[in-house]
Amino acid sequence: MDPKPQDHQSPSSTPSELRQVLVLRPPPVFAVHEQDFSSKFHILKAYDSPLPTHDFLQAHAQSVKAVLCSGIGPITAEVIHNLPALELVVTASTGVNHIDMAECRRRGITVTNTGDVFSDDVADAAVGLLIDVMRRITSGDRFVRSGRWATSGEYTLGSKLACKRVGIVGLGNIGSRVATRLKAMGCLVSYTSRQEKHTTPFTFYPNILQLAFNSDALVICCALTNETRHIINNKVMMALGKKGIIVNIARGAIINEVELVKCLVEGEIGGAGLDVFENEPNVPKELFELDNVVLLPHRTAFTQESFYNAAQILIGNLEAFFTNKPLLTLVANEF
Amino acid sequence: MEAMGVLMTYPMSSYLEQQLQNRFTLFRLWNLPNKTHFFNHNAHNIQAVVGSTHIGADPELIDSLPALEIVSSFSVGLDKVDLAYCKEKGIRVTNTPDVLTDDVADTAIGLILATLRRICEDDRFVRSGLWKKDEFKLSVKFSGKKVGILGLGRIGTAIAKRAESFNCSISYHSRSEKPESKYKYYPSVIKLASNCDILVVACALTEQTRHIINREVIDALGPKGVLVNIGRGAHVDERELVSALVEGRLAGAGLDVFEHEPQVPEELFGLDNVVVLPHVASSTVETEMAMADLVVGNLEAHFLKKPLLTPVV
Repeated sequence: MDPKPQDHQSPSSTPSELRQVLVLRPPPVFAVHEQDFSSKFHILKAYDSPLPTHDFLQAHAQSVKAVLCSGIGPITAEVIHNLPALELVVTASTGVNHIDMAECRRRGITVTNTGDVFSDDVADAAVGLLIDVMRRITSGDRFVRSGRWATSGEYTLGSKLACKRVGIVGLGNIGSRVATRLKAMGCLVSYTSRQEKHTTPFTFYPNILQLAFNSDALVICCALTNETRHIINNKVMMALGKKGIIVNIARGAIINEVELVKCLVEGEIGGAGLDVFENEPNVPKELFELDNVVLLPHRTAFTQESFYNAAQILIGNLEAFFTNKPLLTLVANEF
Repeated sequence: MEAMGVLMTYPMSSYLEQQLQNRFTLFRLWNLPNKTHFFNHNAHNIQAVVGSTHIGADPELIDSLPALEIVSSFSVGLDKVDLAYCKEKGIRVTNTPDVLTDDVADTAIGLILATLRRICEDDRFVRSGLWKKDEFKLSVKFSGKKVGILGLGRIGTAIAKRAESFNCSISYHSRSEKPESKYKYYPSVIKLASNCDILVVACALTEQTRHIINREVIDALGPKGVLVNIGRGAHVDERELVSALVEGRLAGAGLDVFEHEPQVPEELFGLDNVVVLPHVASSTVETEMAMADLVVGNLEAHFLKKPLLTPVV
């Protein structure tokens, strides 16, 4: 069924009941700023219903035109089939892996994301993780809090950042921000990505293995795709070497986690800063024994400021949709 | 040069100790069964003191070494060396500037990020095994914040350059305004604290800067403010800082230094919004070696009657 043009309704006279927005599972941004959404739109909460999702959609969502989602509530082909009036998917994230884009394309459904509103914070955290692992900040904090500074005084030296070669995997919105910050700290920055970016001053390596051979640290900033799944494997880690550091703020599955743990435990690489894991919230217990790893619970995007900014973009896109204005952060559908 | 006697005041670096041992007759001021006996037997053979941030060269030590010619400090800060007394006695003094600037500036940025972004707290959370998918806390963004730097010397300037890459706006206070600087100058610490989100202490410790971060400055920084100290513990009125943190009058602190190292106020261990380090801002393999080489280089230059590499007095 082709989508019909939006009926013209002046914003001030549109009752919020007509501005229905379906939410299958509440995205964290929505949970924090729910009031701002509820005051402008009629939120249909599938997660509050005792009905299974399929039944809920059949019973209550047949005229829904807009759905607000994130990775915790995927918009699959089946969901889309149960929403015959759907015209817009608004995701509270940058990535769209959890949305069946092919099906959206087929149905003429538009998708918006949060643009690069999280990029600064994710990049900042990536830099924070690299400094932390190399300069042993969390390790040092642990050392002081345990009382060992006062008693033994023995402490392991860290590793200087200036003049170290840092390879960035994926030089997009996040990777490019990581690059400028590390450059200011005197790191020698290079990168690999699908295509060389001739406008940047950084050295390009055509594949991950060459990048690893020529780096002291790798910072993973790319999207998870079929090509990048497990791209960081034993061979890459051996190329990085025994003093090599890996920072991952992207997706756990970009690294072969079993091989990563083995390399860390056996000292084949020097350390790791990880915000993401293959099977969150499960983290390999072996990592808890290690002093040269820093472990975060997938929160690098979670700041007060980015959540506020993201909420504004989500609300802005929904407002634009319901008032027939141009959407703010349309995702190009490559299918 | 093996005849030259060098007294190392503290086991600050095993690499340095080895280098000194290889070149000079090395005396160690720690683990002495009888200090008086040691000085009676050896003082007249000691021409140089290698001091650190823990134990430098105070008048008592200087007076007990009648043959002392040079104090070479394994640090850039000289608050533990009585410079005036050395000058009076014709004793040369050297330090280790520049080689540690990058590391100390990186530590400041690392402390800012660890504190604002709750890195240490979250690591503790994950290691506790309590991470469930749906819970989350929000941290505070660093990019774009207002950073106030106390002391715009080599280290302060390096911190500013790094913070700029995070799109922070930079302001500073120092003994005098620097006309060539592009950053905003505030004529007092209080004004600086009132106008920034993150206050970084990066100045030298002198009589004037002792407890420069006091109750008034902490109040001016405010309940959303964060203090980072990579200077000296004595820059901060530690009791006031601890009260402010415990009572929530300051949002957080990243501290590499304390008034009575290695003692750290235990109240801080109960706080998640504080990051504490064991005075390691220059403690990397590379910088320890560079600092040690500079200490040895200064001593060799002195004994060979060549110009000192990094003289202060």
